[in-house]
Amino acid sequence: MKPYWPIAVVVALLAVVPFVTGSNVVLNFLITTLLIALVGQGWNLLGGYGGQYSFGHAAFFGTAAYTTAILQVQYGVNAWFGLFAGICTGSLVGAVIGVLCFRSGLRGSYFSLITLAFAEVLRIISSVTPITGAGVGTLIKLDLRAEAFQFQSRAPFYWIALALVALSLVIVRMIENSRFGAYLVAIRENEDAASALGINTFSVKLAAITISAAITAAAGCFYAQYFLFIDAAIAYGPWISIDALLAPIVGGAGTLFASLFGAFVIKALGEATKLLTGDAPGLDRVIYGLVLIAIVGLAPRGIAGLLTALSRLPFRAIARPERGNA
Amino acid sequence: MLSPVILVPAVLNGLMAGAVYALVALGLTLIYGVLHIINFAHGALLTAAMFAAFFAFTLLGLDPYLAAFLLAPLFFACGYALQRFIIGPAAHGEDRNFLLVTLGLAVVIENTLLYFFRADTRTINLPYAFDVVAIGPAFIAVPRIIAFGAVIAVATALWIVMRWTDTGKAIRAVAKEKLGAELCGISVAHIYAMTFGLGTACVAVAACLLIPTYYVNPTAGEAFVLIAFTIVVLGGMGSIAGAMIGGLCVGVVESFSSIFLGESLGQIGIFIMFIAVLLARPSGLFGARS
Repeated sequence: MKPYWPIAVVVALLAVVPFVTGSNVVLNFLITTLLIALVGQGWNLLGGYGGQYSFGHAAFFGTAAYTTAILQVQYGVNAWFGLFAGICTGSLVGAVIGVLCFRSGLRGSYFSLITLAFAEVLRIISSVTPITGAGVGTLIKLDLRAEAFQFQSRAPFYWIALALVALSLVIVRMIENSRFGAYLVAIRENEDAASALGINTFSVKLAAITISAAITAAAGCFYAQYFLFIDAAIAYGPWISIDALLAPIVGGAGTLFASLFGAFVIKALGEATKLLTGDAPGLDRVIYGLVLIAIVGLAPRGIAGLLTALSRLPFRAIARPERGNA
Repeated sequence: MLSPVILVPAVLNGLMAGAVYALVALGLTLIYGVLHIINFAHGALLTAAMFAAFFAFTLLGLDPYLAAFLLAPLFFACGYALQRFIIGPAAHGEDRNFLLVTLGLAVVIENTLLYFFRADTRTINLPYAFDVVAIGPAFIAVPRIIAFGAVIAVATALWIVMRWTDTGKAIRAVAKEKLGAELCGISVAHIYAMTFGLGTACVAVAACLLIPTYYVNPTAGEAFVLIAFTIVVLGGMGSIAGAMIGGLCVGVVESFSSIFLGESLGQIGIFIMFIAVLLARPSGLFGARS
């Protein structure tokens, strides 16, 4: 049994931040970081633990964001119910994509490609259909009441984002401690061997993509409530799919805090770049890309793996060889 | 709606557009066939080549079709260096890492272009860009006919290189049996880089053929990536002939779906085809390998 107390410690530390500082800049930075951490935690479950590298997590994020936005704007549904509905539709999309892909045995690069294609199809459809507001996008009405999932200050948003992240951490830890989690890791390491041992790889992968989609979907709903605007390029754009995989990989895919840790690193890097270069378009993304290449090249287990390797240095002349040409 | 006056130009235009798609896909399929990796940086490299062709014209006054002879070797060298010194070493021989490294590379290239040239869309004006030739009831733009011919020439040249030169033989050997080739004294790292270079050179030629009739901005190449992936999947990963036929098919499908569905929804035809082919026959219509 892996312990739960590290989650409690990290969340408690983060929860006191609004009492220390009331700065909107700091809180805004932390909220967007937690948002990316949540999106990435969804990816981490499927990609990090299950080894299925999705390049189209935007499909879940966008579907959930549109669901809550459309329900509120067109049908006057309560935003909290929108959050619930968004998670449902997001995970439904995940399940459908999962059934289609895993039924036909798509693995590795093929899986990455087809998830990307699904996200693109949804992007194109949502940029022309009237219900999503087509090219104009959907604007959620300003209604600053807690019942409407909107708040005067940023602190409640921050705590809600933190609560969602905490929940996702607990879910992932529970999976880590379960038989299902062990199956998932077995599939990542060697799918054929796992299958030969009697693991129903199809249903394990399907469950993983559904839960993964649900976590990312929650982030999509939160995004819609926080920014109150959504359009096709935001909801289904490649940026969210890239952030979703970048954060956990930087943090060390397949570990509990990978996404949260990675989100902090890439967001801090992005902000630092903006600070140094002014508002130059693209430069922060250049840094992201370089970080991704550097992490994959130099520290395939992410920063978490790098730290473990460094901590072993005094006892061993060379850090344990990375899982490479296996 | 289905009169020959509409159908014939649609088919011909589709074939012409498809030829350029085929060239982009050719580079991709070559890299996949040998390295067994999906190169996500392909579209970004295409964008970079389009910018290079654009500036060769505006700054040096070089006609894009002549620039192809300069850019192809230049991008061959770029591709060689990228694979040899960045992608190869960083990927540690794992498929997933190749995906991530080339994805990172794509992000870097695209955003570097965005940083330097902003999101402005640029076009060039060639005196003959709007000349047309009448073929039956259809009027086909001259640049498209040149592009079609050039693609056939490049594909033939590539086929000759693969068939009869020592490098080509080595590439095929590595594609078939990596370890065996290495034992025969072939440097796999070198052949990988050569292949990546050839694939990138294809993209450079495609960019020169596109720029007279297309526009360039930092995301211009993106539109071609998924199309190229579709063609590669359709034609069977790693098959040169498959890429050519697949490219022409996709061109015609796109041309028809934009007639029936309109310009923005027209792209969906390609993606749906892509998803359908992947789900139904991942080895492609012409692919032998499963």
